[in-house]
Amino acid sequence: MVPRPWRVLGRRQETRDTFTLELEPVGGGDMRFGPGQFNMLYVFGVGEVPISISGDPARPACLVHTVRAVGSVTAAVCRLRRGDVLGVRGPFGHGWPVAEAAGEDVVIVAGGIGLAPLRPALYHLLAAREKYGRVVLLYGARTPQDLLYAREIERWRGRFDLDVQVTVDAATGGWRGNVGVVTTLIPGARFDPPHAVALICGPEVMMRFTIRELQARGVGPARMFISMERNMQCALGFCGHCQFGPAFVCRDGPVFRFDRIQGMFGVREI
Amino acid sequence: MLRVSGRPRLEAVPVPRERGPDPRSDGGPIEAGVKPGYIDHRSVCMSGPSLQPGDRVAVGRDMLQRLFDALRGAGYRLVGPTFRDRAVVLEEIASAGDLPAGWGDEQDGGVYRLRQRGDGALFGGAAGPQSWKKFLHVPARRLWRARRGPSGITVEEEGGDAPRFAFIGVRACDLHAIAIQDRVFLQGTYADPAYRARREQAFLVAVNCGQAGGTCFCVSMGTGPKATSGFDLALTEIADGAHRFVVEVGTARGAEVMREVPHRPAQAEDLAEADAVVARAAGQMGRAMEASGLRDLLVTNPEHPRWEQVAARCLTCGNCTMVCPTCFCTTVEEVSDLGGESAERWQRWDSCFTMDFSYLHGGSVRASARSRYRQWMTHKLATWIDQFGTSGCVGCGRCITWCPVGIDITEEVRAIRGGAPGGAGDGEVKDDAHA
Repeated sequence: MVPRPWRVLGRRQETRDTFTLELEPVGGGDMRFGPGQFNMLYVFGVGEVPISISGDPARPACLVHTVRAVGSVTAAVCRLRRGDVLGVRGPFGHGWPVAEAAGEDVVIVAGGIGLAPLRPALYHLLAAREKYGRVVLLYGARTPQDLLYAREIERWRGRFDLDVQVTVDAATGGWRGNVGVVTTLIPGARFDPPHAVALICGPEVMMRFTIRELQARGVGPARMFISMERNMQCALGFCGHCQFGPAFVCRDGPVFRFDRIQGMFGVREI
Repeated sequence: MLRVSGRPRLEAVPVPRERGPDPRSDGGPIEAGVKPGYIDHRSVCMSGPSLQPGDRVAVGRDMLQRLFDALRGAGYRLVGPTFRDRAVVLEEIASAGDLPAGWGDEQDGGVYRLRQRGDGALFGGAAGPQSWKKFLHVPARRLWRARRGPSGITVEEEGGDAPRFAFIGVRACDLHAIAIQDRVFLQGTYADPAYRARREQAFLVAVNCGQAGGTCFCVSMGTGPKATSGFDLALTEIADGAHRFVVEVGTARGAEVMREVPHRPAQAEDLAEADAVVARAAGQMGRAMEASGLRDLLVTNPEHPRWEQVAARCLTCGNCTMVCPTCFCTTVEEVSDLGGESAERWQRWDSCFTMDFSYLHGGSVRASARSRYRQWMTHKLATWIDQFGTSGCVGCGRCITWCPVGIDITEEVRAIRGGAPGGAGDGEVKDDAHA
């Protein structure tokens, strides 16, 4: 499976090291994807890297990826400019259970860049808002400067059908919002635990404590979904790098129902 | 060409502890007691009633070359055991004369050396350092080429004709290993077209083992020493007395090839001797592994103290993964030219024993040797069953022989089964059949 060329339409700096790219297919076409799926992005002469899709599933002709520059390939992706071309393979993996969550409250808990793979789910929920109960977004970042999609979050906070809570680990001058890790938002969040579905993405330690807090509120392990991150090189289940116990994260994940991986989630270095 | 990722290539390096005999210097074929012409080829069937899968016939030792000629005539490139670097390796062979006649081997943890058998057996050794995966799931291959053009980049997928191989001398363990890699590459959500092209064309000539190695444990894994399925032809070599082969036809394709090879119906005496050959190998297993309940044992023991103990010995060199006939993990490297106009993606065998293998930004998921050995063995013997419906171990013993410090997977299983901290636990398992 080889990459298709996509051209950079727009590039926005989100934080110091994080950029959002909008891509259009060279020669037309589109890419239909489900919220939570990912693509392999290929930069000519540098390499390939798995990045979740963070755009609107209802707009398949415009592919959106939010990328943090942490390695050689992601740094090269972040250096791309309008008009540059990169290769895309995908979409891959199983995403968020937005269809199965119909009729339920939906609690989205995001840590840092973990908001990127959750944004398509939120777009989907808002586009079919009448199908869901309460929709809650709990978002934590390290500092106010590390918040992704800041203007969009402001718009979301203005809606009456969406409950948005934001917190930062460390405040800087001028911040008048919540301070503390994202799990501190869970006890006060307004949702009905037995009828809620939780979608969680962030660093593994953040997800671990989020699950603990949600369990304390009464959300069952079969109602919590987490998106896992592992080294991936093929995205086809062949290269073996993304194994997480019996699962290939690229193929069986990246989103897992928590009760299905509960036994190994707490094992270090698995 | 500029290699962007400069990781050293991994490959299994033969490290015999003792100097073995040099097969090139003093080891001509030994024709002890062989009477060529035991089979009267004036009366053999060449075009008699056609053979069916399941039929067994006898051919003389000198007729092996006719089999090779027939395969070559059918367009196959022959690959079989031959000498290199004081080991029996798998390479393209020109004739039956390239087979390691008269040579066997001694194998133990970290030990491999060739020895003269004292007969003229052509397939007298146990599994060597290499397996057939190097021809089906090749160590390095180009996935695609990209070029920078006026409208961005163009990507060209690697295509071309796959080679048509006839594998000569596939042991029962390795037949099972091929069947396991078939599940990995052909039966998932995606299929690997490069593997499929090579696999579908391959002609498999199995050999039933007449001699087990010191690290063999196929009997306890239910994978040998007799080839029971997955071959086109299966040979049993009878090297005592009149040197001959009993040939079992496995497929119509195999029967077709045998039309070109003078043979006669196998007599009761041939079959009895062939059965005795396999029975002898089955009784010589150097190791045993209790396979029942292994999945649950390992999946429920990620914190067993034995992992720490084995990690203190393991060099994380990755040799076990390179010689394993079922290990399938790969990495991909970007290779670009200095002008920056073209780039290639190369897939190479990788090993879960490297730090890079589980690297995420910020560090490796499996940083400790303990976690990497645990990943390899738990995957091989336990989670492999969840993924592919079969164990990933065929009992060939290569990982034991080629481990530079002689770590023995059967002993590690016993230690975890025994449950004692540090893994004493020896002598607890009844079928522990150390010879």
